[in-house]
Amino acid sequence: MSEPGFLAEVVEWFTDPVNWSGSFGVPARTLEHLQITAAAMAIAAGIALPVGMYIGHRRRFEFLIVSVGNVGRALPSFGLLLLFVIAMGLGEAPIVLTMTLLAIPPILINTYVGVQAVDPDALEAARGMGTTELGVLGRIELPLAARVILAGLRIATVQVIATATLAAVAGGGGLGRYIVDGFAGGDDAQLFSGAVLVAALALAIDGTFLLLQRLVTPRTTSSGAPAEVAEPVLVTTRGG
Amino acid sequence: MNELFDWEWASTHLDLFARQLGQHVSLTLLAVAIGLLIALPISIYVHRHRRLYGPVTAVAGVLYSIPSLALFALLLPFTGLGTDTAEIGLVSYTLLILIRNTVVGLDGVPPDVKETARGMGYDDRQLLWRVEIPLALPVIVAGVRLATVTTIGLVTVTAFIGKGGLGFLMLAGFRNLFPEVAVLVGLVLSVALAVLAEGLLLAGQRVLAPWSRKGVAGA
Repeated sequence: MSEPGFLAEVVEWFTDPVNWSGSFGVPARTLEHLQITAAAMAIAAGIALPVGMYIGHRRRFEFLIVSVGNVGRALPSFGLLLLFVIAMGLGEAPIVLTMTLLAIPPILINTYVGVQAVDPDALEAARGMGTTELGVLGRIELPLAARVILAGLRIATVQVIATATLAAVAGGGGLGRYIVDGFAGGDDAQLFSGAVLVAALALAIDGTFLLLQRLVTPRTTSSGAPAEVAEPVLVTTRGG
Repeated sequence: MNELFDWEWASTHLDLFARQLGQHVSLTLLAVAIGLLIALPISIYVHRHRRLYGPVTAVAGVLYSIPSLALFALLLPFTGLGTDTAEIGLVSYTLLILIRNTVVGLDGVPPDVKETARGMGYDDRQLLWRVEIPLALPVIVAGVRLATVTTIGLVTVTAFIGKGGLGFLMLAGFRNLFPEVAVLVGLVLSVALAVLAEGLLLAGQRVLAPWSRKGVAGA
């Protein structure tokens, strides 16, 4: 199977116009993959960002952060996905629900860690100058926490794109279809091409987040910061 | 929905669950062990040759970012169904976590401790094995804990390539080869295994570093 002929088959798959048009074509499948990823990320960020900011700013309910992290780490995305599809029926709802649940812990934890790590003296100084609490959050805590928050969004996206791929096993669309259908039909060229597309999409999005992270990193404080802020990223791991 | 709570079937298939749980544990242990065998020498080398830290973690980061189903599918045409494909994929996901924690742990050894060891006549090898590694051990074990729990989750996906451990129960239940209760059993056992591994390794971390209750990379 891994003869030189195999790579030729893969090239042939990629250059066949049939695979680039219609609702089963690469552009349509990529769009499906991105849409479902964006939907889950939007819901997860809409919940986790404000809650993480609140807990980090007020320093209340901090036990929630540890619990959500522990639960998120132990849940296997594959099993959760299959269970929700059985309970709710085939469709996008169980897939988006699984992806959202898995995206919440990394965003929540990193937002909390980022906001909470801001130097209390800086906050005191701002309050002394008459800045409101919302002003403290918006003008001091969030800019200083931006890098860590973005790291959380990045890890969540990696997880969500992986789960969107797994969704094909449970009847979902997206680029994972090529892998699952290629496997079912014994078509290794299709399976491999689908995997290349999924990997390329994941790395492109990952790279975009890395660039964003660099853009928001203040250059003056880069000396000791990376090691300290890089760690929370790995507090939640991936299950897909 | 009835099949989802078919406890009668479940209660008569405990030996099946035990077998899959055993496979899950051995796939996980093998992946973390091979991961450590690869990550430790790389980390020690990178710790001494700082310039390589960026490139090495970038490569490990790329492997980490590839969705698991895609990674297994990329390997499948070359390594076929089974343990080889599963382990290559699983091991590659442990590398980023293990290398980062090991390097961070080695970096955390206080310079004056190293100075003292040097003053006592330790050479590079003695310094590494008698001073640096023992002091970095709690952080390395924190990495092993994260890698282990991650691997327990990812093993379920290897059901797709004919392995899976508890993931096999999930997939077979989903595809109606078993009653749907198999999905629930697989999920519950997988969460229980992750919680158990987390607890054991956290306890190990505390035994190794009684002076600090919190590991550097742990919450």
